[in-house]
Amino acid sequence: MADDSRQVRLFATCLADQFDPEAAMAAADVLEAAGCTVAFDAEQTCCGQPAFNLGHRDEARQVALRHIRLYDGTTGPIIVPSGSCGSMMKVYWPTLFAAGSDERAAAERVAKRVEEWSRFLVRDLGWLPERDAEAPERRVAYHPACHGLRVLGLDGEAERLLAATGHRLVPLPRADNCCGFGGGFSVEMPEMSGKILEDKLDCVEGATASGAGTVAALDIGCLMHMRGGHERRTGTTEGHGGCPAYRHVAVLVRDALRARGERSDVAPGPRESAAGEP
Amino acid sequence: MHPLNKRAKQALKDPVLMRTLPEATRRAVDKQRDRWRELPDVDALRDRAQEIKHHTVRHLDHYLTTFEAAAKANGVHVHWASTHEEAIGIIRAVLDRNDVRVVAKVKSMATEEMALRERLEATGREVWETDLGEFIVQISGRPPSHITAPAIHEDVASISRLFHEKLGTPQTDDPERLARFARDHLRDRFHQADCGISGANFLVAETGRVVLVENEANIRLATTLPRVHVVVAGIEKVVPRTSDIPVFLKLLARSATGQKLTAYTHELRGPRRKDETEGPDEMHVVLLDAGRTRILADEAARDTLDCIRCGACQNVCPVYQAVGGHAYGGVYGGPIGAILRPQLEPDRDTRRLPYASTLCGACESACPVKIPIPDILLHLRSRAVASASDERLPRPGWIAEKATVQAWYRSAMSPRVWRVGGKLARLFGPARPGRGSFHRLPPPLSGWTKHREFPRPAPETFHAMWDGRKKKKSAAHPIGRDEDGT
Ligand code: SF4
Repeated sequence: MADDSRQVRLFATCLADQFDPEAAMAAADVLEAAGCTVAFDAEQTCCGQPAFNLGHRDEARQVALRHIRLYDGTTGPIIVPSGSCGSMMKVYWPTLFAAGSDERAAAERVAKRVEEWSRFLVRDLGWLPERDAEAPERRVAYHPACHGLRVLGLDGEAERLLAATGHRLVPLPRADNCCGFGGGFSVEMPEMSGKILEDKLDCVEGATASGAGTVAALDIGCLMHMRGGHERRTGTTEGHGGCPAYRHVAVLVRDALRARGERSDVAPGPRESAAGEP
Repeated sequence: MHPLNKRAKQALKDPVLMRTLPEATRRAVDKQRDRWRELPDVDALRDRAQEIKHHTVRHLDHYLTTFEAAAKANGVHVHWASTHEEAIGIIRAVLDRNDVRVVAKVKSMATEEMALRERLEATGREVWETDLGEFIVQISGRPPSHITAPAIHEDVASISRLFHEKLGTPQTDDPERLARFARDHLRDRFHQADCGISGANFLVAETGRVVLVENEANIRLATTLPRVHVVVAGIEKVVPRTSDIPVFLKLLARSATGQKLTAYTHELRGPRRKDETEGPDEMHVVLLDAGRTRILADEAARDTLDCIRCGACQNVCPVYQAVGGHAYGGVYGGPIGAILRPQLEPDRDTRRLPYASTLCGACESACPVKIPIPDILLHLRSRAVASASDERLPRPGWIAEKATVQAWYRSAMSPRVWRVGGKLARLFGPARPGRGSFHRLPPPLSGWTKHREFPRPAPETFHAMWDGRKKKKSAAHPIGRDEDGT
């Protein structure tokens, strides 16, 4: 890996920017805990996926190109705390430009540097925090969101991060099934989307029945969708009255690391006891 | 409301469908997964199948003419039909010439496309669907809703009721008995039939033979008992060699019905020869284009022609699982329908089909020939946008969509506008403990708030938070246990 592999740039994603900045902040915090320096380009807005998925390619192409130009003048990995935006940037950005064009070449250069957050940490950096044996048990159900799973081929990175930080993973029935979000789909085909969501929430309630108080995922969009559906179903806000909390994996990992730090500040126990986890 | 949404709404109100569909599709998905696991290297096999399809589709003219010559040498009459109407004309002429009054028909998607049964019935002939599922669909008067399980929307009770009403059989909850009723009803029809009409799973170019797979033996009967056998096959059904067939057979039954192999695999050469005791006097193959060469011409959508009609993408699709095949409003439902129909029958209604997907990619993962369905959906969406932009009278919702995309575009292109947009959004009241989310929003977000709460924007954007963080940065590190950090 190149020398500057720990000098990373964070692409925060538009949904995190507007609705869940804590998730992107936690992603940056964990990257720093893993020894990275994190830069954030304030010029960034959105990867272009909303328009791309609706078929508005010209607009998506321009927005992508704007970011490709922005990043092409920089170096180092571009880390995205979303499997969906990560897919757009890594896989679909180059396809927006004609083969052989300068734009295509630039898109490919940038796409190569794009990596989804959990995969970068676990696979590229080989980083996993030492397993926290003293952490109070927190039961979490993990939803492997579709684009990360099938476009990027994420393979257990998030689960390993969660397990290492003291989370006990409760199986989510039919976990691979989509939550029904699909961007514009959720708005334009509410009957279909709503029914798929109902099924997902039934599965989540299977996991909460086994004690999971939190549902984790790598995508703000899917989390918003499931949370919004569950709040509607239970008539409460998340974390209350049968509606679990919906959190980005980065937030759970960051908070667990913080809690551990605070514990060891108070009573710095022997580090060895928790070590030795692969 | 768009017809697609309307049909979805109707489907959700069908209690039988809502009961049968989740169970049937989940069972099919599990079975396919188990059968795939039994293969030593299913991925390599899928690659091989895809390779054969890619090669054939790119040399379709060659393999079709090779097939034609070989089939003719076997004594088969080969016809070319560029449209559904042409195909119907050809088939009617064959039936007229042979004085056919009763037809034993075998389930086939190509004949479904042109509503062949209904069209032939309208000429005063008796046409009987001879597969159990398709027979149920025929007497129910509702269209099929799945490629390989056409009556998936019915359950035992509804079938028993249907048979009781239409065939006068006693009510029963025993599926075996119901199957027997249907068989008894069909047995005489086989003997009366002057003509059998089937599709084809594969046409083998080098031998000119037709390969068909089945479980119920009705194909066996329909292609050997009557005097005339007519095969209707899409031009994409051709494969180069007999040695290609096992590659597909290993994948087809495993993906379609969760079997290792179907009970029967037929390889039909042609009409009965003098020294043979079985087979028709006359055999015809109708090669059907009906939009397929148009698909061939579009490089970004060409892989649509690789489809072997197994139905696995339907079983695994969350949208199909939610609303079933009828919601798609045509012969092909599910992911394959969402890419095939806008191309075979391009019109305003079918152009909307590629939007009936979350782009979750489950279809591509389940497809035995690895058709990149999500990419083709995206391509067809971009074509739909181009067509909508050209229309003088746009579809309802188009103006709003266009305006939303333009607003998004202007802010995504300019960090300054983006920031202002963020500030504006916060005028509606950012999230705060005790302040709930949005219950009801006007269009276009009304679709969202139908089923979910819409969150309020965070008090601060990430952009603003990051500015604050930079200022604080000289103080303590955000995570306590940093040993090797920055
Ligand atoms: S697209 Fe693939 S999975 Fe779907 S019916 Fe065709 S071959 Fe089967």
